[in-house]
Amino acid sequence: MATDQTSTAAAAATAASDTDPFHVEPPTPWQLMGRRAGAHMGFWIGGTFVLICALVAIFAPVIAPFDPLAQDLTRRLVPPVWDEKGTWTHPFGTDKFGRDYLSRLIHGGQISLGIGFLSALIAAVIGSILGMMGGYFGGRVDAVVMYLVNAKLSLPGLLVSLALVAVFGGSFIVLVLVLAFLFWDNYAVALRSVTMQIRAQDFVAAAEAIGASRRRIILSEILPNLMNQVIVILTLEIALAILIEATLSFLGLGIKPPTPSWGVLVAEGREQMFFNPYLITIPGVTIFLVAIAINMMGDGIRDITAPEGRN
Amino acid sequence: MPNTSGPAEVRGLQPDGIDHSPRATAVLSYFVNRLTVAVLVAITVSIFAFSLLRLSGDLAAELAGDDATAAEIAEVAKSYGLDRPFHIQYLDWAGSALQGDLGVSIFSNEPVFDVITQALPVTLQLATYSLILSIVIAIPLGVLAAVKQNTWFDRGALVFAVSGQAIPNFWLGLMFILLFGVMLGWLPISGQDSWVHFILPTLTIGLSAMPVKMRLTRAGMIEVLQSDYIRTARAKGLNPNIVLFKHALRNAVLPVVSVTMVTFGRLLGGTVVVESIFALNGLGFEALQAITRQDFPVVQSVVAFVAFVYIGLTLLSDLINAQLDPRIRLS
Repeated sequence: MATDQTSTAAAAATAASDTDPFHVEPPTPWQLMGRRAGAHMGFWIGGTFVLICALVAIFAPVIAPFDPLAQDLTRRLVPPVWDEKGTWTHPFGTDKFGRDYLSRLIHGGQISLGIGFLSALIAAVIGSILGMMGGYFGGRVDAVVMYLVNAKLSLPGLLVSLALVAVFGGSFIVLVLVLAFLFWDNYAVALRSVTMQIRAQDFVAAAEAIGASRRRIILSEILPNLMNQVIVILTLEIALAILIEATLSFLGLGIKPPTPSWGVLVAEGREQMFFNPYLITIPGVTIFLVAIAINMMGDGIRDITAPEGRN
Repeated sequence: MPNTSGPAEVRGLQPDGIDHSPRATAVLSYFVNRLTVAVLVAITVSIFAFSLLRLSGDLAAELAGDDATAAEIAEVAKSYGLDRPFHIQYLDWAGSALQGDLGVSIFSNEPVFDVITQALPVTLQLATYSLILSIVIAIPLGVLAAVKQNTWFDRGALVFAVSGQAIPNFWLGLMFILLFGVMLGWLPISGQDSWVHFILPTLTIGLSAMPVKMRLTRAGMIEVLQSDYIRTARAKGLNPNIVLFKHALRNAVLPVVSVTMVTFGRLLGGTVVVESIFALNGLGFEALQAITRQDFPVVQSVVAFVAFVYIGLTLLSDLINAQLDPRIRLS
């Protein structure tokens, strides 16, 4: 009797959608995301700029017109091209050792963007694992995770990073690891609470009911629902990591000169800044534009994947 | 049967015992709980701060220099007590620290306590001025952006906020020096003799601390302005400005207050760059110098001190929030 009723109802529904001329299929979530992405100017502008910068950084040796370390003392402090005495040979001029500033900026981008991306990625892996464990298992595991987060939060991050770089030296790897240590907690905090919400939903209970292993539940039921959060935090943290790397290098406890990073360029330009301001304006504006583009892209990804999280 | 109990019960989780106990017990247990965590975190953080410069493995060898002989290294280790086991060194430092003795700087022989108390007022002034500046800009801007949601003003405020977050602090400071100090010649660019010297550093930090508060104010106001009590207040014909600033802002601004307290704790150790650019002898600058000189007694105490202040401030802010909003302590 009951089955009869349901099947009739289902048949009626199909018939209605077949015959109803005004019936429109509701858009799928992917189509909705596509529409939001298409209309999001910030995402496209920021994303395009970030993509161009990433490509330039990856292909730095091919694109850079000069060797970033090659000194030419006959061509010291050539001003950039928009200055009267500037030349197109050195569009951004040269520094006090006659090194081509554009080439140093491009190679510096490789290091700054590389450190920013890798450190945010490692932080994402560590922080996500901790956050998911805390949120999924709750109880003591959660208490340990929150305790670690609290301890990390109460440490003065910049001072600790400076000390760690002073102890272990300012190499690429050390900076990546130090910054990863500085940034993992945001993922842990965010993913912990989202995991708690997801864990309480019916599809997780269903997976548990059919006897799925914890590993399977975490990896294939919970993780896919967290990925957009991870990507949003990741983009914003890349911007922050780039700023902190520049800060450390600027203070002399980051990438060691003559290797260029954007922070190193500002630090080197500082002694000349009263006479040749372009030496600090060029790398500074570059850091600013890249950070803003990454932020626009990150905000865009959040608006597109989870419009309800917008503020 | 409709499944209203939710899957949490299905899985047989422990029911939250606090819900059923009297209010007083709940408040007390929340406070005790929070305090225990704070003490544990403080101990962990102090161990971390203590080991920071020792992580290289052999601090004595670092201090003695590259071409020191084994005998010289051993002598350095002995004179600073670095030859003792790690936990003895830590307990010795922590024990003396509890009695107010933080050791002496190995660079200047000055007591570390004096180093901190001399540098602290500079950083405190800088942090206070910057926070006031950031609040004075952030709150009106956030309120206006919320009221004029999705207009050009709102978008402009958002661009301003995003820019503030994306500008490297040290670079903004240098630009201010170039503009106001050198080109216009209006303001001093280094030193700490009078309040005028604090204008540029305050501007630098204030502008970078502002965006978060502005966004929080805006988000909070948008939420509050949609609530029933605001509609009621408006419907009964109250002055719109009174509704906005007295009724709405009071609730919207709560998160901003706790963020401000946390930022204050952050700034004590976070003004390093600005202090070094503007030649302010604050806590951050002292710490930076101590780090480059491997002056471990100063480094470990400053890091631990800043962390302790932060722990205290967050504890205080949590307790105040729990007192104001019962939902927090019961969850």
